[in-house]
Amino acid sequence: MQWLRSPRLWVAALALVAMVLLPLWVSEYVLGVLTIAYYFGVFAMSWDLLFGYAGEVNFGPTFLIGIGAYVSGMLNIYTSVPMVLCIAAGAVAAVIAGVLLALPALRLRGAYFGLVTLVSVLILQTVIVLFASYTGGEIGFSVPSILSIDSGVNYYYALAFMVVSGMVLLAVARSPMGLILQATGQDPLGAQALGFNVTKHKLAAFCLSALFSGLAGALTIFYLGSVSVNTVVDLAVTVQIIIAAVLGGRRTIVGGALGAIFLIVAAEYLRPIGELSNLVVAAFALIVLLFIPDGFLGLFPRREARS
Amino acid sequence: MTLLLQVLVDGFVIGALYGLGAAGFTIIFGVSGVLNLAHGGVMVVAAMVAWMVAGGILHASLLTGVVCGVAAGMVTAYATYYLVVRPAQRSRRIPDEEREIFILTATLLLGIVIQEGIAYLFTSNPVTVPPLVSGVVHVFGVRTPTNELLIGVISWVVLGLLWLFVNRTRQGKAVLAASINPHGLAMLGFELPQIHRLVWGLYGLLGGVAGVLLATFEGASSGLVGGLTASAFIIVVLGGLGSVPGSLVAAYVIGFMETVTAYLISPAIRTLPGMVLLLLILYVRPQGLLGRR
Repeated sequence: MQWLRSPRLWVAALALVAMVLLPLWVSEYVLGVLTIAYYFGVFAMSWDLLFGYAGEVNFGPTFLIGIGAYVSGMLNIYTSVPMVLCIAAGAVAAVIAGVLLALPALRLRGAYFGLVTLVSVLILQTVIVLFASYTGGEIGFSVPSILSIDSGVNYYYALAFMVVSGMVLLAVARSPMGLILQATGQDPLGAQALGFNVTKHKLAAFCLSALFSGLAGALTIFYLGSVSVNTVVDLAVTVQIIIAAVLGGRRTIVGGALGAIFLIVAAEYLRPIGELSNLVVAAFALIVLLFIPDGFLGLFPRREARS
Repeated sequence: MTLLLQVLVDGFVIGALYGLGAAGFTIIFGVSGVLNLAHGGVMVVAAMVAWMVAGGILHASLLTGVVCGVAAGMVTAYATYYLVVRPAQRSRRIPDEEREIFILTATLLLGIVIQEGIAYLFTSNPVTVPPLVSGVVHVFGVRTPTNELLIGVISWVVLGLLWLFVNRTRQGKAVLAASINPHGLAMLGFELPQIHRLVWGLYGLLGGVAGVLLATFEGASSGLVGGLTASAFIIVVLGGLGSVPGSLVAAYVIGFMETVTAYLISPAIRTLPGMVLLLLILYVRPQGLLGRR
């Protein structure tokens, strides 16, 4: 019963109860904002698995998210496949995209890999614009199906999805696999010399990250009712994901969700200053990155002793 | 035939401009191991200041504008170094093995800050610095604005000066040595911090000149920051990180590919062939065309 005494567990449980009970008090508008924030939280948590644990500079999370979103969206609009299957197909497509992204990652290090991911997003964006007659180009298209028209139901979908994804990602990150990922991120040769199958673990991490990114991307468009480059592919979205994960604290998984909620809620409060809000958020994230590199969660003492 | 010549002339100018922009980027990497993802920001700040001084707001002479623009590029480069890169390099809270990805992420964020700052101050509409010279000349029968040709020439003159500086002056040789073996250089009594200062100044100068020239040619706007960074990054990796000649070759490869695509297919996808080529090359030859590892 040792784990019952962990203060972190109690904080997490209290936060969860608060999030479940929230629809009793707040307006539908606030629920809508939080729904987006929860999906965004999954983007950031998936990214953290690669950045924080595997040490991969992935500038292309929106490659995975975008593929998931567009494949499910286009299936929905051009075929009569039920929505659930569309979402599943989007997730499968994202995993395939994750494998494609992982292949260069097995050979390239650091900045080279970062560039490949960056370019993959730019190529996806160009292809979408190029085939504008099918994809709707920059503007995108509306999807016929929708998760729910009730904001409370949507809120619970998003919350459940974020909690389940977070728990799976956290379980993986805390498992021996998370440790091996960290080891390969920091010293790939050393990890290999210790007999770990670096290729297999990296591939698994990419597939897992892609699975949740793609699912979150598909769910987001069926919540919004539309898909466009600006919401799921643009590099600005990538930057937001990076900011969220960094603010919350890298290598924590939970930090990604925390950062995403903070970011989306902050954007609402910063609405009066208009265009300046992006600048303020980016500058704030930069300061956090340089002065508290461990993010918000880094302000609390860690359970594991760190050297 | 005319089309081919048109592509050759345009490709020459665009390649030179890309080469100039990427040369500083690759030197910074060679000497201090930093990939500055705020690179586009340096170029666009220089362009914006040149426009502000010479064209839009102060109505000063064109020369003053160009000088102020290049100076602004250098200020931005130094700001990047002292406010973002140095603190990240020296921070004790950042573990060593993660320093590289921290610097990449931090400069990326700085690029966003610059982009949004420019968009706020000057709106995101593109501005054009007046051409350095007016009129057109005929090159092999192709009507070309004199300014475009002059841009190509200036770029090559600056690149030639860079070559002379690196190969013929004591300080320049120290920069070259620092990119090969910084520890050896330190043991010979050179001050590495001084060399880093010099290199970042040089970088700001090259990026500033490239930014101002770009603004007289195609115009500049806050929206270009990301694209310029990406193209410099692509060129430098294609040519081999840290190799200036490699970057120049790659700049021309990309410059011609973009021009051909823009003329023959559509300007909308001009960057696509270059990106596909990059992916192919990285699969086959991860160290780039002329890179060393």
